[in-house]
Order: sequence, then structure tokens, then C-alpha cells
Amino acid sequence: MAETLISVPPRARRGEIVEIKTLISHVMETGYRRSHLGARIPRDIIRLFVCTYNGTEVFRAELHPAIAANPFIAFSTVATESGTLTFEWTGDNGFSVRETAEIRVG
Amino acid sequence: MRRHPSRREFLCAAGAGLTALVTIRPAVATPAAMQDAIRAVVGTAPVTRGRVTLELPPLSENGNAVPLAVSLESPMTAAEHVRAIHVFTEKNPQPDVVTFRLGPRAGRARVSTRIRLADTQTVVAIGELSDGSFWSAEAAVVVTLAACLEDT
Repeated sequence: MAETLISVPPRARRGEIVEIKTLISHVMETGYRRSHLGARIPRDIIRLFVCTYNGTEVFRAELHPAIAANPFIAFSTVATESGTLTFEWTGDNGFSVRETAEIRVG
Repeated sequence: MRRHPSRREFLCAAGAGLTALVTIRPAVATPAAMQDAIRAVVGTAPVTRGRVTLELPPLSENGNAVPLAVSLESPMTAAEHVRAIHVFTEKNPQPDVVTFRLGPRAGRARVSTRIRLADTQTVVAIGELSDGSFWSAEAAVVVTLAACLEDT
């Protein structure tokens, strides 16, 4: 399973804009490289990243091969209520990883 | 007898011609593939320069991971917000880099990631606003070690 690193502030004031940083281990093989024997190495990338906040989508990123290996994505969201942030990465060859983080808003 | 231009003279002339071409190019002249990719996203809507801040190092030693940040000034309310941010490159094998979709829940229109650059080139970021307008910014990056295309 791919390793992930997620940074979400554990608590925030209501209405505060919080920064979220995510990192996931993945080769992001572009599909444009060739092996030393000349064979094209097939593409293997994460194509989609989605973040939901208590079930509502707040951010998504559609990735292409030009995203560096071990994709790092940073964005922000408004701390509206206490609850769960869900992070989902999906990609080639059935790649699918889901992680959650809790946030307390008060 | 008319002397043919030497190889050096020819290359110098070609270089001068190229420089002239570059200096007189219009605001958003970029290679055709990127232009097509941008059109595929924005359709026939005009893309205006401005409002977008694209942060990229002017010189990158490693094209395999170049830090990129894009931001727009926006109140990010339901009525007025940034809907999406698209990033394109000129000389990568594929012009599309990434599309971020956000909205009022983002609070602030600023995203960052790390990209691959196969060559010294221009990167274009386009912001799509809730009123349907498109804004752009571009940045030139000199890449010393290109994102490798061979197996390592």
C-alpha cells in the first residue's frame, strides 16, 4: 500500500482557512520513458485526487504524467464544522488509496 | 560568382530571424500543441493575462520535481470564486500538467504541487472564474537536468 503523509491542523476556529498538505508515494511513471532495451515503459500514474469534508467535495486535482513522482498537493479549505476530511487518490492499474483526517472546529 | 553563405552566416541569420520572431510574438504565442490543449479547456472564451500569480523557480536544477504554486486574488464566495486552475507546458511530451478544481469551500485560491519539466520552457497557468472568464500567467523556467525520458 502506498504510504501517505497528510497535514491537517487538528483544531481550527469556525470560518478559519486551513492549509492542507498531502503527499503519497507513487512512481508516476510517465509512459514516455523507454527501458534500456528500447521498450516503452507503460504509463502508471495517479489520475485523480479528491478531498471531501464531511462527505462534500471541497477540492479535486486531475493529474497528468507531468506531475512529479510522489505527488505533493497543497490546498486550503474553510473549517466549517468538526468532522472528517477524506482523501482519495485513484489511478492506473486499479490504484486506489483512501485516507482520513479529523478536524475539530470550535 | 555569387558566394553562398557559409554555415556560420546562415545560422547567424537564422538566429537573428528567430530572435525577431520571438520579440514580436503576440502576448500568448506558444507552441501549437499547448495552444490546442488550452483551447480544449477554455473553448472559444478569451484568455486575458493577469490576476493569476504563478510561482516557479526561474532556474531548476532538477526537472523531475519543480515546485509550482498558483494563486489568484478572489473573495471565494458563492457568487464570486475561482472554479478551476489549469497548468500547461510548452515542451513536455504532453502539454497538460494538472487541473485543480476548487470553489467557495476552498476559502482561498492557492494551490501548490511539484511538476516535471522535460526542457527549458514556458509554463502557463490559467484561472477559471465563476463568471466564466479565464485569466492567465506564464513563467519561463531554465532546466539544467531535464526530467529523464530514459530508464535510469
